[in-house]
Amino acid sequence: MGGDDHVIDVEGLTKSFGGHRALRGIDLTVPRGHVLGLLGPNGAGKTTTVRVLTTLLRPDGGRVRVAGHDVLSDPGAVRRSIGLSGQYAAVDEKLTGFENLRMVGRLYGMNRAQAAERARALLRRFRLSDVSDQRAGAYSGGMRRRLDLAGALVARPEVVVLDEPTTGLDPRGRMDTWEIVSTLVEDGTTVLLTTQYLEEADRLSDTIVVIDQGSVIARGSADALKEHMGGARMDFVLAEAADLEAAAGIVADHGHGRPEIDAGARTLSVGTSEGQSAMTRALAALERGGISVVEVALRRPTLDEVFLELTGQDGRPADVPAPQVGGVR
Amino acid sequence: MNVLVRSVGDSGVVAHRNLLNVLRTPGSMVSGVIQPVMFVLLLAFVFGGSLGGAEYREFLIGGIFAQTLLFNSSFTAVGLANDLQKGIVDRYRSLPMSRIAVILGRTLSDLATSSLSLVVTALCGLAIGWRVTTGASEVLLGVALLLFFAFATSWIGAFVALTARSVEVAQSLGLVWLFPVAFVSGAFVSIEAMPAPLRVFAEWNPVTAVATASRELFGNAPPAGLAQPTGWPAENAVLYAALSSAAIIAVFAPLALRRYLLISAR
Repeated sequence: MGGDDHVIDVEGLTKSFGGHRALRGIDLTVPRGHVLGLLGPNGAGKTTTVRVLTTLLRPDGGRVRVAGHDVLSDPGAVRRSIGLSGQYAAVDEKLTGFENLRMVGRLYGMNRAQAAERARALLRRFRLSDVSDQRAGAYSGGMRRRLDLAGALVARPEVVVLDEPTTGLDPRGRMDTWEIVSTLVEDGTTVLLTTQYLEEADRLSDTIVVIDQGSVIARGSADALKEHMGGARMDFVLAEAADLEAAAGIVADHGHGRPEIDAGARTLSVGTSEGQSAMTRALAALERGGISVVEVALRRPTLDEVFLELTGQDGRPADVPAPQVGGVR
Repeated sequence: MNVLVRSVGDSGVVAHRNLLNVLRTPGSMVSGVIQPVMFVLLLAFVFGGSLGGAEYREFLIGGIFAQTLLFNSSFTAVGLANDLQKGIVDRYRSLPMSRIAVILGRTLSDLATSSLSLVVTALCGLAIGWRVTTGASEVLLGVALLLFFAFATSWIGAFVALTARSVEVAQSLGLVWLFPVAFVSGAFVSIEAMPAPLRVFAEWNPVTAVATASRELFGNAPPAGLAQPTGWPAENAVLYAALSSAAIIAVFAPLALRRYLLISAR
């Protein structure tokens, strides 16, 4: 815990805006070369956390170290170690792609030639060479996001922070961004990314930290989070929608939690920790009850289900204690 | 020393970016051009007729220089507020660059707009009978003094932007104070005719000093009918214009920088 092996080390981070407690004691550690996905709904505190990590916002309490430097006592060293790409894509629309990147390079302290060379290299890498002399204002959303990402990499930073890198992108743009993050990992860069998309967190991160209303409510690998949900889900597709209520009563005795009913798909879904044997018993009970089942499935929960259970539906705070899953704090 | 070199270099990078933005935004210079033309025409021909005609028009241009450059501080306010609102300033703040460069780069690049306004005002002046009657050294000193004053008022605009935080607020805050400061001065009228409290304000108003200094340096005598003030600021207009501009920078540069550094506490 802590020390040099954790490139990002956050302990007890709090931040309030007026009376609103945006962050209520966040703990995070990211080992070198890892990708941490910070997952949460809108307003959970993801962007506030990112802004503190990148020295844009002073924390009220707690300790925040990035690449071994404290954000409060040595913000300059933190800035030299990070690259930030924001959800707002702060590219200058009046400048060309090349001018945008060259400017960032100059402001990292490179001389003209170094900055120009680095800008050209990044434009090639991000497949923007053809449009490098066009103004960024004429770029598509995906191209603009790639340019913003490239801006974060100009100084080959140890830590790259990506705030909702795919929000507002079309599927193609999202795939592009995922590819870029994967290449960062190959280079050994430590990445912290925020997202509202479970699929994205699952696909890109070594560790997922779920935050809601300014607190960490779960952490672990995508697999560990799914395990935490009580292992598996049982789905039953009924022949008659009219049987759903009765069937839910029966199935509830063999799973845990209240079965979810999807009337349109005539489907019941309930969690279980006993897998196959619970499924067998539930099916037998349904048969005794005269309910005709056309399809069954025993499967692992989707991350959406994990997320909804953790954050509580309709925005209620979840009363699940923060589980400590896996080896990562 | 290294810090200073870095600050100047970073300010240059920021100023270059701002200038590219201005050049590539058709229309961004329009008000910098139209405003002086409008004021010249308004004062020379609407008010000027009752204030001394041709003689007044020659006197007027020094006042327009001062007033136009003062008004240009609102360009700084709006430009910087725009960068704040668009996230450009956040981009700068996440970089290991000089902290003052974001503001210094802006106040430096806005000198380009001010230079353009100066040229336009001078051309309007020449068209209505204003003439420069002094030698090259006085003219150069006059231009330098005017640009120094423009640079100084730009820092007030920067402070306004960093206080206002939104473009709309910066726009209105950046304008309200300009009218009293520009008009309670000797830029367009004789301050001797003002009631005592306003006269004292006008006498020490840097706008008065800049207007008077530029008339002195370009060789434009006031109309016989306009009683000219006496007293230290009037008699040492060039010196006082330079000193008061330096004082504006000494006050507003630290205030603006402080505001900038406080952004992270929000």
